[in-house]
Amino acid sequence: MDKTIAPADVTATYLLGLADDALIYTQRLGEWMSRAPQIEEDMALGNIALDLLGQARALLTRVGELDGTGRDEDALAYLRDEREFRNVHLVERPRGDFGDEMARLLWFSSYQFELYSQLTSSTDEVLAGVAAKAIKEVTYHRDHATQWVLRLGDGTPESHARMQAALDRVAPYVDELFTDTATDEAATTSGVGVLPSQLRSAATAYVRSVVDEATLAMPAEPRRRARGGRDGIHSQAMGYLLAEMQHIHRSHPDATTW
Amino acid sequence: MYGNDFRDPDEQLNAAEGGALDQLLPTATRRGEGGDFERLVSTDGRVEPRDEMPDAYRQTLIRQIAQHAHSEIIGMQPEGNWISRAPSLRRKAILLAKVQDEAGHGLYLYSAAETLGVDRSELLDKLHNGQQKYSSIFNYPTLTWADVGAIGWLVDGAAIMNQVPLCRCSYGPYARAMIRVCKEESFHQRQGFELLWTLSRGTERQRAMLQDAANRWWWPALMMFGPPDTGEAAKGGHTEQSMAWGIKRFSNDDLRQKFVDMTVPQADKLGVTLPDPDLRWNAERGHYDFGPIDWDEFWRVLKGDGPCNEERIAHRVSAHEEGAWVREAASAYADKLASRSTGAVA
Repeated sequence: MDKTIAPADVTATYLLGLADDALIYTQRLGEWMSRAPQIEEDMALGNIALDLLGQARALLTRVGELDGTGRDEDALAYLRDEREFRNVHLVERPRGDFGDEMARLLWFSSYQFELYSQLTSSTDEVLAGVAAKAIKEVTYHRDHATQWVLRLGDGTPESHARMQAALDRVAPYVDELFTDTATDEAATTSGVGVLPSQLRSAATAYVRSVVDEATLAMPAEPRRRARGGRDGIHSQAMGYLLAEMQHIHRSHPDATTW
Repeated sequence: MYGNDFRDPDEQLNAAEGGALDQLLPTATRRGEGGDFERLVSTDGRVEPRDEMPDAYRQTLIRQIAQHAHSEIIGMQPEGNWISRAPSLRRKAILLAKVQDEAGHGLYLYSAAETLGVDRSELLDKLHNGQQKYSSIFNYPTLTWADVGAIGWLVDGAAIMNQVPLCRCSYGPYARAMIRVCKEESFHQRQGFELLWTLSRGTERQRAMLQDAANRWWWPALMMFGPPDTGEAAKGGHTEQSMAWGIKRFSNDDLRQKFVDMTVPQADKLGVTLPDPDLRWNAERGHYDFGPIDWDEFWRVLKGDGPCNEERIAHRVSAHEEGAWVREAASAYADKLASRSTGAVA
């Protein structure tokens, strides 16, 4: 990244990554509504999706203020193309079975827990405020995923095998959460952000403790690692996700309000 | 929050607003003090789970509460269909929260049914194998974004008209569950109206979308009150017995008329035409007259020949079957925890 980049742009780019993670994961979690294993879980996943959507909206609004384009949350969510989205691959991964979702949620919430714990002291006041609210939400998300990984891991032989397989399938997407980009480095220098690499050991230790208690095994080092999301290089699934999310909004370019 | 151009927020939009529900609270929340069933029912008392009750009363309630719970759960599908495509993030949040509320209503209602000695899994099996019904309105598809608003405005509006009197139902747990359900439904109805109001002030295509949705949902909404049950039609149906037991308080026809009377002026405010050439104010009756309802369509859809009957049940059954391993794991884990703690005590 160009070292002369203006601080506001660094902050905006940094926040866009956090916002897009939350927004795209909301989109995937929303797919569970009416499809969860029990009604209580429809409610819980809906609740988590709503929390993440709230984070995304606050952060996108802030991005629009900082980047000088004056775009509102909807312009940022609905009118950017795929290469402009900065989310990690983990959140765009198509919905799998319930084990896959709990493996994804365990990793993502453990990452967000460490992230927002530190961002409460961000020099960007809006981000610090979002973090202060988000940490309460994410604590619940992480607990929810934890309880399910324990039940599934230490439940029946079938659920044990399926939960293990889900952890293994998610493993290639973990590294990207904790990989620093030039924007992360610039945002950390300015006091706005935190280096993802510094979150890795605490988040991994938490996941490991849950996996151990659930009588499961941490997956071996994956052969393949997802990368590039923060630079707008996504998986093929992303285009379809955006096509669905954006098409009504984009089909009515002259509509000013919904 | 509504825009500045939203109409008077104090104006009553549905049967739960304007203090209607609040007036019911003192009686609706009162716990029954027990005693003879006939005396309780005839004195507007509350029957509670511990009380003796005729088996037919119990079975009627189980059937009605289960059908209501199933409707909430199946009703998540037509609206859930639009969560991924909601055209603004604010609307996405509102819709997610609404569908989540419906899951919550399903849970309260299954719990109310369980106080009558059945369990949720048994009721879900009956939904899945077709032994128990859900509201036939959900066999219609949601084809455009405006349908999300029309469901809030018309379908929730009609449901509230039916449900507010249930807050006075003779069976205590059902009456109490209905208070919260009605409050949330009332909020949903207002949100639906506000969605449509926004479309009505939008582009020509947004207004066309609104009109199309009103055209498709108006008649099915009127059918939600059920077949005629006054005059000749009152004989032999469920209505007479349910009224005697204090489960039902008004006839289908009375509730339908109240709904029409409340909704027609709202359609005017939205600038939509309702698809009924016979719809007009009758000063003599003090009510709107409306045209004949196509009961053949009602019975056809009820019996399975609607656009989405098979799809709704197939979706529900597949979610249930795909989640079986998860529910089994949760039970097995709970058993392990229980035996570990027993072992620790021993």
